Amino acid sequence: MTEERLIISRKTNNRFFLMIAIGVVMLIAGIIFMAIGGGAGHGEGHGEAHDVVSWSKRLIVNLWLNNVYFSGIAVTAVFIVAVHYVAYGGWYVLVKRIPEALAYYLPIGGIVMLLLFLIGRHDIFHWTHEGLYEVGGPEYDPIIAGKQGYLNFTFFLIRMIIYFGLWILFARLLRKNSINEDMYGGTTYYDKNIVLSGAFLVIYGISSSTSAWDWVMSMDTHWFSTMFGWYVFSSWFVTALAATTLAVIILKQNGYLHLVNANHLHDLGKFVFAFSIFWTYIWFAQFLLYWYANIPEEALYFIDRLGGNNGHYKAIFFLNLIINFAFPFLVLMTRDAKRQMIMLKIVSIAVLAGHWLDFYLMMMPSTLRAESGFGFIEFGTALVFLGVFLLVFTRGLTKASLVPVNHPFLEESVHHHV
Amino acid sequence: MQHTSPIREPLVTGGKTYHDITEDVCRQVEAAPNPRWAAAFGVALIGLAIFFYSVYRTLWFGIGEWGLNKTVGWAWDITNFVWWVGIGHAGTLISAVLLLFRQKWRSSINRAAEAMTIFAVICAAMFPVLHMGRPWLAYWVLPLPNTFGSLWVNFNSPLLWDVFAISTYFSVSLVFWYIGLVPDFATIRDRATGPIARRAYSFLSLGWTGSAKSWSRYETVSLILAGVATPLVLSVHTIVSMDFATSVIPGWHTTIFPPYFVAGAIFSGFAMVLTLMLITRVVFKLEDYITVGHVESMNKIIMTTGSIVGIAYTTEFFIAWYSGVTYEQYEFINRATGPYWWAYWTMMTCNVVTPQLFWIRKIRRSLVLTFIISIFVNIGMWFERFVIIVISLHRDYLPSSWAMFYPTWIDVGVYVGTFGLFFTLFFLFVKFFPVINMAEVKAILKSSSGVTHHGHHPQANVIHGAATDSNTNTTHSNE
Repeated sequence: MTEERLIISRKTNNRFFLMIAIGVVMLIAGIIFMAIGGGAGHGEGHGEAHDVVSWSKRLIVNLWLNNVYFSGIAVTAVFIVAVHYVAYGGWYVLVKRIPEALAYYLPIGGIVMLLLFLIGRHDIFHWTHEGLYEVGGPEYDPIIAGKQGYLNFTFFLIRMIIYFGLWILFARLLRKNSINEDMYGGTTYYDKNIVLSGAFLVIYGISSSTSAWDWVMSMDTHWFSTMFGWYVFSSWFVTALAATTLAVIILKQNGYLHLVNANHLHDLGKFVFAFSIFWTYIWFAQFLLYWYANIPEEALYFIDRLGGNNGHYKAIFFLNLIINFAFPFLVLMTRDAKRQMIMLKIVSIAVLAGHWLDFYLMMMPSTLRAESGFGFIEFGTALVFLGVFLLVFTRGLTKASLVPVNHPFLEESVHHHV
Repeated sequence: MQHTSPIREPLVTGGKTYHDITEDVCRQVEAAPNPRWAAAFGVALIGLAIFFYSVYRTLWFGIGEWGLNKTVGWAWDITNFVWWVGIGHAGTLISAVLLLFRQKWRSSINRAAEAMTIFAVICAAMFPVLHMGRPWLAYWVLPLPNTFGSLWVNFNSPLLWDVFAISTYFSVSLVFWYIGLVPDFATIRDRATGPIARRAYSFLSLGWTGSAKSWSRYETVSLILAGVATPLVLSVHTIVSMDFATSVIPGWHTTIFPPYFVAGAIFSGFAMVLTLMLITRVVFKLEDYITVGHVESMNKIIMTTGSIVGIAYTTEFFIAWYSGVTYEQYEFINRATGPYWWAYWTMMTCNVVTPQLFWIRKIRRSLVLTFIISIFVNIGMWFERFVIIVISLHRDYLPSSWAMFYPTWIDVGVYVGTFGLFFTLFFLFVKFFPVINMAEVKAILKSSSGVTHHGHHPQANVIHGAATDSNTNTTHSNE
C-alpha cells in the first residue's frame, strides 16, 4: 500500500559525475600548482621554510581525511539502524531506508582505506618510519617504540581489515533482512535483525573507539587521550544524523517520502540538536581536563591547534565550536525550527561541513603542520568523495522501497505525532 | 492519534481499568500500616540510630574517628559520597531522559525512582559535609561576601562546581518529583475520609482542580523540567568526575572520566531502582504495573551502561600502557595486582561480567536473578569508587609515604547509617505517598494496556499472524 520507489534520473546521475569530474580537475590543477611551487594556502609558510610539504603528502592526507569522514558516516548509519532495532524504535521506520543506504559506501571506504595505508602510510603516520624503533639510532624515539606492540604495520592492517569486514558483513545482513521483510512480511526478519543489531552494537562499541585510535589519534603519535574514541564517535554520530536528515529533506522536496511529516523531521531535528550538544560535551570535557592539568605531553595537542604552528589553526579551532555547537544549538532550539525543512536543511549542511572541518582539525596539524590550507586539493578531494558517496548512496536507495512496507512498527511511524 | 504496534508488550497487565489504578495505588496510602511495613521501618530506624551515633562521634571527636591517614585523605567518605550520588541518577534519567525518548514504560517506575534519587542525594550530601569537620560552617562553600565570615570561594575548584551541580540537581529533581505528585495528592485528598488526611493532602496538592488548564500547564512544566533536568543528569556526575580528573594523580587524570562516570552512575542507579522496586512491587501487589517487561527494559539499560563502563575500564588500561607514562602504567598494574587487587577484581566481576548475563533473555526476565545481579552491581559500583579513590592515593609519588587504608567502626557506621537514613525516608515515602504515578499510568493505559475494545490481548494472535494485516489487531480504542 505504501511502497515507494526512488528513481534517480540520468540528469541527477550526471550531476554526481560532474561533481567528480570537477573535483578531479580541481585536484589536477591543485597538484600542478603545488608541483611548480605556488600552491594555494602555501603563501604564508614563512618562518619554518624547512618543512615544505610535498603535493603528494598533502593529497594523501586529504584523501585519508575524506575517507575517514565518509566511512564514518557509513558505519555510523548502521549504528543508527541498530540502535533503533534494539530500542524498539517505532517513529523512525519511515526514514529507516536512508541510513541503510548510507552504509553502501562501506566497501569503497574499506578499499580506499586499505590502498591509502599501503601506499601513503609514511605521509599519514609518523609511527610507520622504521628509524624510530632502532635503539641507539639517530631517529630513535623511546615513546613511540613503547607503542610498537599496537602501532605496527601488520597489526594495524589486520585491525583495519577486521573493522571493515565486520562492518560490511553486518550492514549487509541487516539490509538483507530488511529487504526480505518487504517481500515476505512476518516478524521473523524483524526478530533476526534485533539479534544482529545487538551483536553489531557490541562490535561498533569497541571498533568505533579502536578505529579512532588507529586512524586518527595515532597521527599525533605521542599524544593520547582516553576520551578520543568517544570524541570521534560523537562526531561521526552527529554527522550521520545530519546526513540522514538532509537526505530525508531532499527526497521529500523531490516528491518522495510523502508519509514523512513534520513530526518525523522534529525527531530528526531533536537528534541533531541533542547530539551536537553531546559532541560539545565530549569536546569540552577533553579540552578542559588537559587545559586544567597543563601537563606538557597532553596539552601539546591543543597547543598545536591554538597558538602553535604560528597560530595557523586558531581560527578553525574556534570556527569548529561555532559551527558545530553554537549554530545548531541556537537555530534548532525552538520546536518550530525543528519542524521546518529549511531550518533543518541549513543546520544539517552546516553540521556536515562543520564536522568535516572537525576531522580537518584532528588530522592536519599532526601531518601538514603549518602548511595546510584550503586550496584546489582540499575542495577537489572533497568533491570527488562527495560525488562517489552520493552515487553509491542513491544507488543503494533505489534498490528497495523507500518505505519498509512490512516493518511491524510502520503503522506507528505513519501515525507518529509529537 | 497514537498508534501502538501489536507486537509491543503491554505495559499494564491484568485488564486494569482507570478505577483499578486509583484503587491499587491509593490502597497503600489509605490503609493502616501493616506489620511488615512497621517491622521494616523499625529496622530502618535502627540504621538511622547508627547514623546519628556515628555522626555524633565524628563531630564530637573529629575526623580522626575515621580511618583516614596523611596519604589516604579521601577514602570511605568520598567513596560513599560518589556511590550515593551515582544512585541518585536513575530517577531523573527515568523521568527526564526517558520522557524525551518517549519511553512509556517509565510511567510506572518514575515516581519511586525519583524519590530514591532525592533520598540518595541527601545521603550523598552527608559525606562532604561531615568531612568538613566543622559542618556548622558548611555555608562557607557558598559564594557569600567576605564580611559574612567566609572567604570568597575558589571558582577554579571542581569541588565548588560540585556544590553548585549537586544543589541545582537536587532542587530540580525535588521540584520535578513534587510537580508530578500534585495531581495524585489531589486524588488522595478527594478520597480521604479522615480530617487529618484531608487537611494534609489538601495542603500537599496545592489546590489542584484537575481542570484542562491545570493539565495543560502540568504538561508544559513537565517538559520544561525534563529539558532542564537532562543536562543536569549529565552535569552532576561529570563534575563529580572532575573532582578527580582535574588533579594530576595517576588513575584520576584521564579524559574519559566525565562520560564514563555518567554511564556508571546510570548503571548503579538502575541497579538500585531494581533492588527497591522488585521488593515494592511484590509487597504492594503492583505486579500488573511494574511488569516483567519493565524489569527487562531496566536490565537492558544496566547491560548497556555496564558494557560502556567495561569499555571505559579497558580504554583506561590500554591508554595507560599506550601513553608511555610510567606513573599511569604503574597505577594500573597496582590496581590489578597490588595490595588492593581484591577490590579491583570485585569491581571487574560485579560491573563488567555479571551484567553480561543479561544478554540471556531468560535471565533478564527472571526476577530472582535480576534481584541478585542488581545487588552485585550495587556492590561493584561501590568498589569502583573505592578502587579509583583509595588505590590511586595509597601509593603516591613518594614511596616513603605509601600507606594502606583501614576503615574504623565509625567509617562503617556512617556508611551503614546512611542506609538507615535512606530507608527511613523511603519507607515513609512508600507509606504516605502514592508509589506509582497514577495520572501518568492512566495516560498510557489506553495505548499500552494490551486491552483492545474487543477486550482481549492482541499479542495472543498477532505474533504468528501476517504483519501485513496490521490494521486488524491494533490497540486503538474507539472511545
